[in-house]
Amino acid sequence: MISLVSTELQPKGVKLERMETVPVRKGTTLVKRGFAHMQKHGVIMDVTNVEQAQIAEDAGAVAVMVLDKLPYDVRKAGGVARTASIRVIEQIRDHITIPIMAKCRIGHLYEAKVLEVSGVDMIDESEVLTPADEEHHIWKWDFTTPFVNGAKNLGEALRRMEEGASMIRTKGEPGTGNVAEAVKHIRLVNDEIRKIKSIHESGDIQELVKAARELKVSFAYVEETARLGRLPIVNFAAGGIATPADAAFLMNLGCDGVFVGSGIFKAEDPAERARAVVIATTYHDDPKQVMEAQKMVDEKKSMLGMDTTKLDLRMQERGSEV
Amino acid sequence: MKDIRIGILSIQGDIEESLSMTNRALNELASKGTAVPVKYAEEIANIDGLVLPGGESTVIGTLANLSGATHLIKDRIQDGMPVMGTCAGMIMLAKRAYDRVVGETKQQLLHILDITVERNAFGRQNDSFEAELNIPLIGKEHFAGVFIRAPIVKEMRNGEAITTLNNKVVAVKHGSVIATAFHPELSGDTRLHKYFVQLVIDYLNTNAIS
Repeated sequence: MISLVSTELQPKGVKLERMETVPVRKGTTLVKRGFAHMQKHGVIMDVTNVEQAQIAEDAGAVAVMVLDKLPYDVRKAGGVARTASIRVIEQIRDHITIPIMAKCRIGHLYEAKVLEVSGVDMIDESEVLTPADEEHHIWKWDFTTPFVNGAKNLGEALRRMEEGASMIRTKGEPGTGNVAEAVKHIRLVNDEIRKIKSIHESGDIQELVKAARELKVSFAYVEETARLGRLPIVNFAAGGIATPADAAFLMNLGCDGVFVGSGIFKAEDPAERARAVVIATTYHDDPKQVMEAQKMVDEKKSMLGMDTTKLDLRMQERGSEV
Repeated sequence: MKDIRIGILSIQGDIEESLSMTNRALNELASKGTAVPVKYAEEIANIDGLVLPGGESTVIGTLANLSGATHLIKDRIQDGMPVMGTCAGMIMLAKRAYDRVVGETKQQLLHILDITVERNAFGRQNDSFEAELNIPLIGKEHFAGVFIRAPIVKEMRNGEAITTLNNKVVAVKHGSVIATAFHPELSGDTRLHKYFVQLVIDYLNTNAIS
C-alpha cells in the first residue's frame, strides 16, 4: 500500500478544482506517489531527442527522462549543465504516449516551476546537472508535479521524502558505465533499513529516536521505514547501468525499477540494448531469461566503462548535506 | 471448495498493491485462498481469477505477448475465468485504444471488452486527481476514486457502466469481466476487490457443479 505517513497537512501543490459538476483534488500525495508506484518494475530511459524517445517507447520503457546531454557527455563537456530545451521537451511530450520526466538543477526552484508548467509528468531534482543551491533542495510540497530525488544513503532518502519527494533513485556514478557505485548505495540503504527494522522489532523506542537523530530526519519517517522494512516511497536504481545483467542485478538487490542513462545511447546497439534491459528487468529473477537478454547485446558494442575511483567529477557527492 | 488462487499479472506496475488488496479482500470474505504473482503461461493455467494491475499498458502488453501469456489469458477469460483490470488493465482488456495526443496506438491488447478507450483522457500527471464516485453495485457509500493519467471509455458495445464521472464511463462490467479507469488498489477501500473475489467464488462453485 502507499504510505502516507507525515504528509504535509496543507501542501500548496494540492489544487481543489471543479471538473464540470464534480469536485476533484489534484496533486495530492496519493496521486503523486501513486504515479511513482505505476512505474514499478519498469525501466526509465534518459533521452535527448524525439528519435531516442521513440526507441525507448518501442523498447518498452515505462517513461523517458529528458535531458540536454547524457551524463557521459556532461562529463566530457564540462561547464554548467542545465535543464533541457523546453522545445525538445515539448516535441517529445507530443510524440510519445508514455510519461515524460525532465531533470532540473538541485535547489533551482525556477527551473522546476518552468518544467511544471511545461507539463512534464515528473521532475528529477538531479545531481547529474550542476547544483544551483549548495544549501537547499527544493521544497517539493509546493508542486503539483511529483518529484524524484537521488540518495546515497537512508538519511538522504528520508530527508528528500520529508521535502516532498515521491520517488527515490539511489545515486551511482552516471555516465561511467560502471555499476559499482549504484550497487554500493543500494546495499548501504538496505543495511541501514535492516538495522532500524531490528531496533523497531526489539521495541526500544529510545534507540529508534537516537537513530532518527543520527539520520537527521523526523522520527515518524524512521518509524514507518522500520515498520515497513523498506523505504516508504518507491526506490529505483540508477547510475552506471550498461548491460541487461546490470539491471537484473540491481532489481535482485531489492530495487523497484531502474533508470538507464548513457548505457543505452552511448552503446552502438541502442534499440536492441534498450529492449534487452527491459526484458532483464521484468524477468530479473530468472537467470535463463536474463541470459536471453544478454544474448541480444554484444559486449563489443557496450559503452566503455570508467574507473570511478579516478574521476575528476563525482556527481553522487553533489547536493546539500542535509 | 478448493483454495482460491487469484493471479496478479506481474510484469510491470503496482503489482504489490494489487496483491495486498486482493489478499485483504480474500481475508475479509473469510475465503481460503491467496493472491499470487503470475508471469508465465504455465502459471496462468493454474489460477481461478486474474487481476491486471495499473502501470504502463504499452509495456505490459508488449511483454505479456513476449512471454506467450497473452493467448492463454485470452482463452481462460473466454472460458469464463473472472478478470479485473485497473487503469492499464482496463486498456489491456479493451478492443480498441487511442491516445488523446498521438492518436491510434499500435499497442497489444487482449480484445476482451468491446469498448474503445481513450488513453490519458484527463491529461497528464498534473491533471491526475482524486474524486468521490458513486458505485451502486458495491453499496451507497462513496468510493475514493484515484485517477492517474487515467483513460475513459469512449464507446461501449457490450457490458454495462458501473460508474460514471461527468457522464463519462469510468468503470464497466461485462459478465465476469470488470474494468476500471481508476485505481481501487490504491484507495484502501476493499469493496470492489471483494466484489471481484465473489465473482471468482461463484465461478468456482459453478464449475464444481458442472
